[in-house]
Amino acid sequence: MNLHEYQAKQLLARHGVEVPGGQPCTTADEARSIAEGLFAAGQEMVVLKIQIHSGGRGKGVFKDGFKGGVHLCKSADDVHEKAKAMLGNTIVTKQTGEAGRQVHTLLVASGEKIVDEFYLAVLLNRETSQPLIMASREGGVDIEEVAETNPDAIVKLNVDPLLGLQPFQARNLAKALGLSGKLIHSGAKLIAGVYKTWWECDASMVEINPLCIVENPDGSQKIAAVDAKISVDANALYRHKDIAGMRDLNEEAALEVEASKFDLNYIKLDGSVACLVNGAGLAMATMDAIKHYGGDPANFLDVGGSASTEQVTAAFQIILKDPNVKAILVNIFGGIMNCNTIAEGVVAAVKETHLTLPLVVRLEGNNVEAGDSTLANSGLSLITADSMAEAAQKVVAEAAA
Amino acid sequence: MAILVKPDTKVLVQGITGSFGGRHSKLSLEYGTQVVAGVTPGKAGQKFEDTVPIFDGVAEAVKETSATASAIFVPPPFAADAILEAVDAGLELVVAITEGIPVRDMIEVKAAIKGSATRLIGPNCPGVVTPGTGKDSHGGCRIGIAPGYIHKAGDIGVVSRSGTLTYEAVWQLTCNGLGQSTCVGIGGDPVPGSTHLDIIKLFNDDPDTRGIIMIGEIGGSAEEEAAEWIKENCKKPVAGFIAGTTAPPGRRMGHAGAIISGGKGTAEAKIAAMEDAGISVAETPSQMAEALIKVL
Repeated sequence: MNLHEYQAKQLLARHGVEVPGGQPCTTADEARSIAEGLFAAGQEMVVLKIQIHSGGRGKGVFKDGFKGGVHLCKSADDVHEKAKAMLGNTIVTKQTGEAGRQVHTLLVASGEKIVDEFYLAVLLNRETSQPLIMASREGGVDIEEVAETNPDAIVKLNVDPLLGLQPFQARNLAKALGLSGKLIHSGAKLIAGVYKTWWECDASMVEINPLCIVENPDGSQKIAAVDAKISVDANALYRHKDIAGMRDLNEEAALEVEASKFDLNYIKLDGSVACLVNGAGLAMATMDAIKHYGGDPANFLDVGGSASTEQVTAAFQIILKDPNVKAILVNIFGGIMNCNTIAEGVVAAVKETHLTLPLVVRLEGNNVEAGDSTLANSGLSLITADSMAEAAQKVVAEAAA
Repeated sequence: MAILVKPDTKVLVQGITGSFGGRHSKLSLEYGTQVVAGVTPGKAGQKFEDTVPIFDGVAEAVKETSATASAIFVPPPFAADAILEAVDAGLELVVAITEGIPVRDMIEVKAAIKGSATRLIGPNCPGVVTPGTGKDSHGGCRIGIAPGYIHKAGDIGVVSRSGTLTYEAVWQLTCNGLGQSTCVGIGGDPVPGSTHLDIIKLFNDDPDTRGIIMIGEIGGSAEEEAAEWIKENCKKPVAGFIAGTTAPPGRRMGHAGAIISGGKGTAEAKIAAMEDAGISVAETPSQMAEALIKVL
């Protein structure tokens, strides 16, 4: 589950990480009053940042032509005006796709004087099953680009999960970023806090980009997380009620939210051949087979191990809400599940949803003969297939017809 | 004649009194598997299906029944503890079926059991089957949730991250008259107890395994690591399939570990590594057995 920048910063601050002062808001008036507070506290600049789960916010363009989702403002009036222009407006960035994303929330924060920028992330090293800290002297840019153009700038450290990050390791990382003097200590403290956030919050990833040396009004320097991204392991949310409450349904596709209510794992894609499959691996393989025979999958949909009539009906309803869908493939390997139960579920779902699109069904496994005869005797004009390959070919042909 | 488990392997089930664990324990008993004990804290003295004694803890169950393998069906919040208890009791094999264990718990478990003699399979996996020689492979050892009847005793090893895709491969083999030595579902999580490579090494050393099917999917680099080892070391023909050629980057495709992130873990890279290692890669999931037959 992805979090907004302001939520990530709340979690980081809770674990001792220095973040620029600020607050989220949902109206231009609130934005003004937060900004007034920051200016009154001595800030010369205030930064206004849209809160969406997509990168490239600064360079994004709103649908009405307003440019940029991140603005530095010198006055509370300016903050109010820009906030008004962005709230409720829809922005298109390089990551949102053409549909763009509607802006509901802004972060109003102190505009720090940035002296230098770095990159810091904690994630899982899948090769070693250990936490991995990645730090780079080049911050504020795409880390994948740095990995290609200047790999020596990136330092990696595997952490022993049973010991946790040791202070000397954090200091070494701070040194590797080029920090010196007192900044080594504040850098190490921040790195330790970021690691702690990752561990304590069950994060899948914490990314600080940029991590900055900023100048205080008195000319002294400190290290702060100027931007932050956190994604959390959804399987661990049961022990983090507060983080679970940070889920923002506005950021998720409506059909995917609907599917999750029925324990269906659905991901919408751009093609015209819908599929309904049991098991994640088989569902991916079914999409691949559709592509292999010249079609384009409209979705990933795993109905899971039980696939009740209610679930199958809900799955059909969700598939049918996608206007691009021209044909549907049901591919079920009923290992333990009784194929006849599945067949009855499919027939009931087709009748209930008044399905008119071509439907190809491939059943295999337990009690498949009874399942096939249920389908054959249903009076429905569905197409059956014996193998996945045959089913994929038939459904692609139907979608193209 | 097999890896990890044999038809006479004595199995205990942690979480045998839960509905999921109970249903599959019953199916294992019907398959002819030696399910000798159940473990549910607080229910010692009761019997499962009037035959299988239930114990409060794994150590007692092992002491009383000499079980050497465990199947874990306990819910996610208690699963890491169940795995550690099974390892502490000195079991040879622990198969964690549970889906949805937090990654952090598995990071700790994996670090804690490093160097122990126990092999962990899973979590979030269909389990392990060594088919028997009876009708519909009856009489084998079935740990987990795979359908027993699709198997057939023989000499092909199967290792996979996915459940139903494994059943698909096994059924294709059986329909082509090719039986299996052992089928191992290593699970779809990002921190698995055993990797493709761990299992392929076992198959390579098993005199009764003649050929191997390796099924992978997007995410991580376990398939590439296995392919690299196979290229230099594997004495047996290997066929494979990778699911997720059409998966969009950055999205988790059902399994917690099935995600392309930062351009890493793509199906293309895995298929290229496998082909480079001389593995016969099936073009579609319907051709997994066919791909193996070509190189046998």
